[in-house]
Amino acid sequence: MKNKSTNTWVLAEVIRGNLSPVALELLFIAKKLAKETGDKVCAVLMTNDKKDFAQKLICHGADIVYVAEDKCLANFDEDIYSQLLTDMIKAHTPNIFVLPATSTGRSLSAKTAILADTGLTADATDLQIDKETKLLHATRPTFGGNLMATIMCEVKRPQMCSLRPLTYPQTECDKKRKGEIVNFKVDAKKYKSNVKFVSFKELEDNEIDICASEIIVAGGRGVKDEKGFALLKQLADSIGGTVAASRAAVDNGLMPYRCQVGLTGKTIKPKLYIACGISGQVQHMAGMSSSDVIVAINKDAEAPIMAQAKYALVGDVFEVIPQLISQLKSK
Amino acid sequence: MKNIIVCIKQTPKSDNIKIDPATGCLIRTGAESAINPFDEFALEEGIRIKERLTAQGKTAVVNVITMGPPQAEAVLRTSVAKGADKVFHLSDIAFAGSDTWATSYALSKGIQKIGNPYIIICGKQTNDSDTGHIGAQISAWLKYPNSSFVRKVSELGDANITVERLVEDGTDTINLSTPAVLSVVKEINKPRIASISGRISAKTFEITTWTADDIKADKTKLGMKNSPTKVVKSFTPKREANSIVIEGATSKERANNLVKILKENQYV
Ligand SMILES: Cc1cc2nc3c(=O)[nH]c(=O)nc-3n(C[C@H](O)[C@H](O)[C@H](O)COP(=O)(O)OP(=O)(O)OC[C@H]3O[C@@H](n4cnc5c(N)ncnc54)[C@H](O)[C@@H]3O)c2cc1C
Ligand SMILES: Cc1cc2nc3c(=O)[nH]c(=O)nc-3n(C[C@H](O)[C@H](O)[C@H](O)COP(=O)(O)OP(=O)(O)OC[C@H]3O[C@@H](n4cnc5c(N)ncnc54)[C@H](O)[C@@H]3O)c2cc1C
Repeated sequence: MKNKSTNTWVLAEVIRGNLSPVALELLFIAKKLAKETGDKVCAVLMTNDKKDFAQKLICHGADIVYVAEDKCLANFDEDIYSQLLTDMIKAHTPNIFVLPATSTGRSLSAKTAILADTGLTADATDLQIDKETKLLHATRPTFGGNLMATIMCEVKRPQMCSLRPLTYPQTECDKKRKGEIVNFKVDAKKYKSNVKFVSFKELEDNEIDICASEIIVAGGRGVKDEKGFALLKQLADSIGGTVAASRAAVDNGLMPYRCQVGLTGKTIKPKLYIACGISGQVQHMAGMSSSDVIVAINKDAEAPIMAQAKYALVGDVFEVIPQLISQLKSK
Repeated sequence: MKNIIVCIKQTPKSDNIKIDPATGCLIRTGAESAINPFDEFALEEGIRIKERLTAQGKTAVVNVITMGPPQAEAVLRTSVAKGADKVFHLSDIAFAGSDTWATSYALSKGIQKIGNPYIIICGKQTNDSDTGHIGAQISAWLKYPNSSFVRKVSELGDANITVERLVEDGTDTINLSTPAVLSVVKEINKPRIASISGRISAKTFEITTWTADDIKADKTKLGMKNSPTKVVKSFTPKREANSIVIEGATSKERANNLVKILKENQYV
């Protein structure tokens, strides 16, 4: 697919009837890229109920919103979504297409890249337009955060990438902004699916989505027990954060697997990561080293995490955390 | 007969990954390789699915496939030691430097050559290039359904399977017709340790090695040259040069000072 189009697309995910806030982060970077390429910024909506989302995306920076609305899009069906998205790509041949590196976004982008016959960069944390070639340079952490790699897709179009949530801020809303809404006809009969949605179970109270939080308070073996994690929860609550854990804490049954940070858990990029009683082994660092600010609280000044954190506090978590909580409360 | 096909990749041992800060290259000397951590769970799940099918009175075979240089044979021997019945090595200079588009194409051709799959199992991602693309992309080439982030395979029917997959806000239960592709997370199982007898038989086990021609792959879809993406450059990330040690004579004082810093910088 040689490209003549001058559009930069973002996928605006609708998850259980809500527009994902990550869409507004993607619009932020799409606008920045479009300044360099001269592209128009377009958002793609696939949903069974579009509500006022298209208008919202326009207010937040989209020039065009492509809307595919059909009842077959009620739940995320990778077969249908990927075929539909491929048809939309073929009809409009975007230059660049940025998708969210959420769990659904990652597998959807991978499947669609093959169907649409183009290259895909995974889980990027920085997007730039090369000054000379005007090509997208997508940079991503690899080897457990130890090596950054910049990836390019020279010939095929669109230049696809998934972008890690919380990498960029959300665009502001401008109620007066004008844009175009283009309906994309969904020919539901055309799309075969080999997937049947059975049910969805919401997170339990102790299971939170750590990827969506700007502040993480993480506990490791040093936090010892449920009482320790209850303290972390209090600390997290007092600063609008979310509790996560090292593998040692998850394997000891103190936290659910979905809160595990690291090589065999999740890779996250919060603004603030407070590591409590975590030694900072490479497999843990692999999941959080790209956090904006890392604070480490450990009783061992020589623990590896202390050298890699921006702020290192030597102390016993059971003494330090209660004091942090009371100090944060006082103004 | 039900063919279970597990895809595994040989990668550097996770605690052995050292990058030369000057060149940004992986330091290979002394770097031990192993099965990619997530693929241990994929292999274990393949063996467990075989055991479950056998208990239902069905015959099942665990096939393991890897694409990689000659030394990647080692991970196939480890798989045999743990219980793989057949192992396949895609090895050809034509594959070298493939991106995920080309790698998933080659693996899909290898899977077709093994033939008649029931379930194809991948790990969630690798610990080296770490894209997490391959499972979904194999499914796209073969037009099979896919589920990533699988934490449980709950039902194994003849023509379809039911799985639980993790999503940000909860867990989906979905039903996929077979053949289906799954990428699994660590929560799914606890991998077994190879038995002594398994290890002994692995030493002499015959590995099937296939070239690009053997799997009838279109060579214009393979290798660095034909990959749509390229690594333009790589570099070591900027790390905090100096970490700031929070001052204070007691834990309490240090905690107070940390709060001051967090507030001053508007981190909280
Ligand atoms: C293939 C593979 C994959 C892995 N994947 C992951 C992964 O995804 N995520 C992950 O986290 N790990 C992972 N690991 C495990 C990793 O190597 C470490 O074992 C793990 O991260 C250690 O967890 P920890 O830091 O909580 O525990 P430890 O290493 O035991 O550290 C505990 C720390 O707490 C401190 N401490 C103890 N008591 C106190 C106290 N009262 N107050 C303050 N500090 C205290 C200690 O000084 C120490 O530094 C993986 C390992 C392998 C081999
Ligand atoms: C630094 C760097 C960055 C890269 N970034 C990108 C990128 O953004 N986009 C891109 O298209 N390519 C990229 N590549 C190329 C990519 O690494 C290769 O195509 C690659 O070897 C497969 O991808 P992966 O390791 O990310 O696999 P993943 O998709 O993370 O692997 C998932 C699962 O697929 C299976 N699997 C993966 N590889 C094999 C194999 N060789 N044999 C058998 N099973 C396998 C395993 O079950 C594994 O757990 C990059 C390469 C490097 C060196």
